[in-house]
Amino acid sequence: MTAETTVPADAEPHPQGIAIILFSGDLEKTWAAMILASTSASLGMTTKVFVTFWGLQTFVRPEKRITGTNWMQKMLAFMARPGIKYRKMSQMHFLGMGPWMMGKLAKKYGVSSPAELLEVAQMMGVEFVPCLMTMDMFGLTSNDLIDGLGEPVGAASYLADVASGLAPIFI
Amino acid sequence: MANATVDAKGLNCPMPIVKTAQAIKAIASGETVEVLATDPGSAKDFAAWSKTTGNVIVEQSVDGGVYRFVLRKK
Repeated sequence: MTAETTVPADAEPHPQGIAIILFSGDLEKTWAAMILASTSASLGMTTKVFVTFWGLQTFVRPEKRITGTNWMQKMLAFMARPGIKYRKMSQMHFLGMGPWMMGKLAKKYGVSSPAELLEVAQMMGVEFVPCLMTMDMFGLTSNDLIDGLGEPVGAASYLADVASGLAPIFI
Repeated sequence: MANATVDAKGLNCPMPIVKTAQAIKAIASGETVEVLATDPGSAKDFAAWSKTTGNVIVEQSVDGGVYRFVLRKK
Protein backbone atom coordinates (compact mmCIF):
# COMPACT_ATOMS: atom_id res chain seq x y z
CA MET A 1 0.00 0.00 0.00
CA THR A 2 1.43 3.34 -0.99
CA ALA A 3 0.23 6.80 -0.08
CA GLU A 4 -2.62 8.08 -2.21
CA THR A 5 -1.81 10.86 -4.62
CA THR A 6 -4.71 13.16 -5.15
CA VAL A 7 -5.56 16.80 -5.64
CA PRO A 8 -6.42 18.81 -2.53
CA ALA A 9 -10.13 19.21 -1.88
CA ASP A 10 -9.97 22.96 -2.37
CA ALA A 11 -8.49 22.53 -5.86
CA GLU A 12 -11.47 20.83 -7.48
CA PRO A 13 -10.43 20.32 -11.11
CA HIS A 14 -12.25 22.46 -13.64
CA PRO A 15 -11.40 21.03 -17.03
CA GLN A 16 -12.91 23.33 -19.58
CA GLY A 17 -11.62 22.30 -22.92
CA ILE A 18 -9.91 23.20 -26.13
CA ALA A 19 -11.05 24.42 -29.52
CA ILE A 20 -8.48 23.48 -32.16
CA ILE A 21 -8.43 25.09 -35.58
CA LEU A 22 -6.92 22.50 -37.89
CA PHE A 23 -5.91 24.69 -40.83
CA SER A 24 -3.05 22.59 -42.16
CA GLY A 25 -3.30 19.38 -44.17
CA ASP A 26 0.34 18.46 -43.51
CA LEU A 27 0.98 15.03 -42.03
CA GLU A 28 2.90 16.24 -38.98
CA LYS A 29 0.43 18.94 -38.08
CA THR A 30 -2.54 16.63 -38.58
CA TRP A 31 -0.78 14.17 -36.28
CA ALA A 32 -0.24 16.82 -33.60
CA ALA A 33 -3.90 17.84 -33.79
CA MET A 34 -5.05 14.22 -33.42
CA ILE A 35 -2.73 13.64 -30.43
CA LEU A 36 -4.02 16.77 -28.69
CA ALA A 37 -7.66 16.03 -29.48
CA SER A 38 -7.58 12.42 -28.24
CA THR A 39 -5.59 13.35 -25.13
CA SER A 40 -7.86 16.26 -24.32
CA ALA A 41 -10.89 13.97 -24.51
CA SER A 42 -9.03 11.50 -22.27
CA LEU A 43 -8.61 14.26 -19.70
CA GLY A 44 -12.37 14.72 -19.71
CA MET A 45 -12.13 18.10 -21.43
CA THR A 46 -14.62 19.36 -23.98
CA THR A 47 -12.82 19.05 -27.30
CA LYS A 48 -13.72 20.57 -30.64
CA VAL A 49 -11.69 20.61 -33.82
CA PHE A 50 -12.72 23.17 -36.41
CA VAL A 51 -11.37 21.94 -39.76
CA THR A 52 -10.71 24.55 -42.39
CA PHE A 53 -8.74 25.22 -45.61
CA TRP A 54 -6.23 22.37 -46.18
CA GLY A 55 -7.29 20.78 -42.92
CA LEU A 56 -10.66 19.99 -44.45
CA GLN A 57 -8.96 17.80 -47.10
CA THR A 58 -8.17 15.35 -44.29
CA PHE A 59 -11.90 14.83 -43.75
CA VAL A 60 -12.90 14.37 -47.40
CA ARG A 61 -13.72 10.74 -48.19
CA PRO A 62 -10.53 9.21 -49.62
CA GLU A 63 -12.43 7.57 -52.49
CA LYS A 64 -13.64 11.00 -53.67
CA ARG A 65 -10.90 11.86 -56.12
CA ILE A 66 -12.70 14.64 -57.99
CA THR A 67 -14.87 17.00 -56.01
CA GLY A 68 -16.37 20.38 -56.81
CA THR A 69 -18.45 21.73 -59.65
CA ASN A 70 -16.10 23.97 -61.64
CA TRP A 71 -12.75 23.13 -63.25
CA MET A 72 -10.66 24.94 -60.64
CA GLN A 73 -12.29 23.07 -57.75
CA LYS A 74 -11.92 19.80 -59.66
CA MET A 75 -8.30 20.48 -60.48
CA LEU A 76 -7.41 21.39 -56.87
CA ALA A 77 -9.14 18.18 -55.71
CA PHE A 78 -7.19 16.17 -58.27
CA MET A 79 -3.86 17.66 -57.18
CA ALA A 80 -4.35 16.97 -53.46
CA ARG A 81 -5.34 13.45 -52.51
CA PRO A 82 -7.90 13.67 -49.67
CA GLY A 83 -8.19 11.55 -46.54
CA ILE A 84 -6.18 11.18 -43.35
CA LYS A 85 -4.06 8.33 -44.76
CA TYR A 86 -2.76 10.47 -47.63
CA ARG A 87 -1.32 13.46 -45.80
CA LYS A 88 1.97 14.76 -47.14
CA MET A 89 4.86 15.97 -45.07
CA SER A 90 5.59 19.70 -45.07
CA GLN A 91 9.24 18.93 -45.68
CA MET A 92 11.28 15.84 -46.57
CA HIS A 93 8.28 14.39 -48.35
CA PHE A 94 10.46 12.95 -51.17
CA LEU A 95 7.63 11.46 -53.23
CA GLY A 96 6.24 9.66 -50.22
CA MET A 97 9.52 8.32 -48.80
CA GLY A 98 9.23 10.70 -45.82
CA PRO A 99 5.74 9.60 -44.73
CA TRP A 100 6.64 5.96 -45.33
CA MET A 101 9.63 6.24 -42.99
CA MET A 102 7.57 8.17 -40.44
CA GLY A 103 4.99 5.38 -40.53
CA LYS A 104 7.68 2.73 -40.03
CA LEU A 105 9.22 4.65 -37.12
CA ALA A 106 5.82 5.25 -35.54
CA LYS A 107 5.09 1.53 -35.62
CA LYS A 108 8.52 0.68 -34.20
CA TYR A 109 8.09 3.09 -31.30
CA GLY A 110 4.46 2.35 -30.53
CA VAL A 111 3.12 5.68 -31.79
CA SER A 112 -0.44 5.50 -33.09
CA SER A 113 -1.09 6.79 -36.61
CA PRO A 114 -3.19 9.91 -37.27
CA ALA A 115 -5.95 7.65 -38.64
CA GLU A 116 -5.99 5.53 -35.47
CA LEU A 117 -6.03 8.64 -33.29
CA LEU A 118 -8.87 10.16 -35.31
CA GLU A 119 -10.93 7.02 -34.82
CA VAL A 120 -10.26 7.04 -31.08
CA ALA A 121 -10.97 10.78 -30.83
CA GLN A 122 -14.33 10.40 -32.56
CA MET A 123 -15.16 7.44 -30.33
CA MET A 124 -14.38 9.54 -27.26
CA GLY A 125 -16.69 12.34 -28.30
CA VAL A 126 -14.34 14.84 -29.92
CA GLU A 127 -16.41 16.99 -32.24
CA PHE A 128 -14.89 17.64 -35.66
CA VAL A 129 -16.60 20.61 -37.26
CA PRO A 130 -16.17 21.44 -40.96
CA CYS A 131 -15.79 25.05 -42.03
CA LEU A 132 -18.76 25.98 -44.19
CA MET A 133 -16.85 28.64 -46.11
CA THR A 134 -14.10 26.18 -47.10
CA MET A 135 -16.75 23.68 -48.21
CA ASP A 136 -18.31 26.36 -50.41
CA MET A 137 -15.01 27.49 -51.88
CA PHE A 138 -13.91 23.95 -52.72
CA GLY A 139 -17.38 22.92 -53.88
CA LEU A 140 -17.73 20.24 -51.18
CA THR A 141 -21.00 18.91 -49.82
CA SER A 142 -21.55 16.90 -46.62
CA ASN A 143 -21.68 13.78 -48.83
CA ASP A 144 -18.04 14.36 -49.77
CA LEU A 145 -16.98 14.30 -46.10
CA ILE A 146 -16.41 11.34 -43.79
CA ASP A 147 -19.11 10.27 -41.34
CA GLY A 148 -19.49 11.58 -37.81
CA LEU A 149 -18.63 15.23 -38.37
CA GLY A 150 -20.53 18.10 -36.78
CA GLU A 151 -22.80 20.55 -38.54
CA PRO A 152 -20.70 22.82 -40.82
CA VAL A 153 -20.35 26.30 -39.31
CA GLY A 154 -18.52 29.59 -39.80
CA ALA A 155 -15.84 31.50 -37.88
CA ALA A 156 -18.37 33.09 -35.52
CA SER A 157 -19.33 29.69 -34.14
CA TYR A 158 -15.67 28.86 -33.47
CA LEU A 159 -15.14 32.19 -31.73
CA ALA A 160 -18.28 31.69 -29.66
CA ASP A 161 -16.71 28.46 -28.36
CA VAL A 162 -13.57 30.40 -27.45
CA ALA A 163 -15.63 33.14 -25.80
CA SER A 164 -17.42 30.51 -23.72
CA GLY A 165 -14.12 29.25 -22.29
CA LEU A 166 -12.53 26.77 -24.68
CA ALA A 167 -8.82 27.47 -25.17
CA PRO A 168 -8.00 28.27 -28.79
CA ILE A 169 -5.26 26.31 -30.56
CA PHE A 170 -4.32 27.00 -34.18
CA ILE A 171 -2.57 24.21 -36.08
CA MET B 1 -7.84 -6.74 -7.32
CA ALA B 2 -8.61 -4.08 -9.91
CA ASN B 3 -11.91 -4.09 -11.78
CA ALA B 4 -10.14 -3.76 -15.14
CA THR B 5 -6.62 -3.92 -16.55
CA VAL B 6 -5.09 -1.83 -19.31
CA ASP B 7 -1.97 -3.30 -20.88
CA ALA B 8 -0.38 -0.30 -22.58
CA LYS B 9 3.11 -1.79 -22.71
CA GLY B 10 4.90 -0.82 -25.91
CA LEU B 11 2.49 2.04 -26.61
CA ASN B 12 3.73 5.59 -26.83
CA CYS B 13 2.16 8.92 -25.95
CA PRO B 14 -0.80 9.50 -25.89
CA MET B 15 -2.18 5.94 -26.10
CA PRO B 16 -1.59 4.80 -22.48
CA ILE B 17 -3.67 7.76 -21.29
CA VAL B 18 -6.28 7.34 -24.03
CA LYS B 19 -6.74 3.62 -23.31
CA THR B 20 -6.91 4.32 -19.59
CA ALA B 21 -9.58 6.99 -20.13
CA GLN B 22 -11.62 4.50 -22.13
CA ALA B 23 -11.29 1.87 -19.38
CA ILE B 24 -12.25 4.41 -16.70
CA LYS B 25 -15.32 5.32 -18.72
CA ALA B 26 -16.46 1.70 -18.66
CA ILE B 27 -16.30 1.22 -14.87
CA ALA B 28 -18.37 2.62 -12.01
CA SER B 29 -17.36 5.32 -9.56
CA GLY B 30 -15.11 3.92 -6.83
CA GLU B 31 -13.92 1.00 -8.98
CA THR B 32 -10.29 0.66 -10.01
CA VAL B 33 -8.21 0.14 -13.14
CA GLU B 34 -4.72 -1.32 -13.19
CA VAL B 35 -2.48 0.11 -15.92
CA LEU B 36 0.82 -1.29 -17.16
CA ALA B 37 2.89 1.00 -19.37
CA THR B 38 6.44 1.27 -20.67
CA ASP B 39 6.24 4.87 -21.89
CA PRO B 40 8.82 6.68 -19.71
CA GLY B 41 6.57 9.75 -19.73
CA SER B 42 3.90 7.76 -17.88
CA ALA B 43 4.74 8.89 -14.34
CA LYS B 44 4.30 12.56 -15.16
CA ASP B 45 1.44 12.08 -17.61
CA PHE B 46 -0.66 9.98 -15.24
CA ALA B 47 -0.10 12.52 -12.45
CA ALA B 48 -1.36 15.25 -14.81
CA TRP B 49 -4.30 13.10 -15.90
CA SER B 50 -5.22 12.41 -12.25
CA LYS B 51 -5.00 16.09 -11.36
CA THR B 52 -7.24 17.13 -14.26
CA THR B 53 -9.83 14.36 -14.10
CA GLY B 54 -9.97 13.95 -10.32
CA ASN B 55 -9.49 10.18 -10.61
CA VAL B 56 -7.08 8.99 -7.91
CA ILE B 57 -3.72 7.23 -8.24
CA VAL B 58 -4.05 4.63 -5.48
CA GLU B 59 -0.81 2.77 -6.19
CA GLN B 60 2.19 3.50 -8.32
CA SER B 61 5.36 1.51 -8.90
CA VAL B 62 8.00 0.82 -11.52
CA ASP B 63 9.68 -2.52 -12.11
CA GLY B 64 12.20 -3.14 -14.87
CA GLY B 65 10.93 -0.30 -17.05
CA VAL B 66 7.26 -1.24 -16.59
CA TYR B 67 5.19 1.38 -14.83
CA ARG B 68 2.20 0.12 -12.87
CA PHE B 69 -0.64 2.30 -11.71
CA VAL B 70 -3.83 1.50 -9.87
CA LEU B 71 -6.38 4.22 -10.50
CA ARG B 72 -9.68 4.73 -8.75
CA LYS B 73 -12.54 6.37 -10.59
CA LYS B 74 -13.89 9.53 -8.99
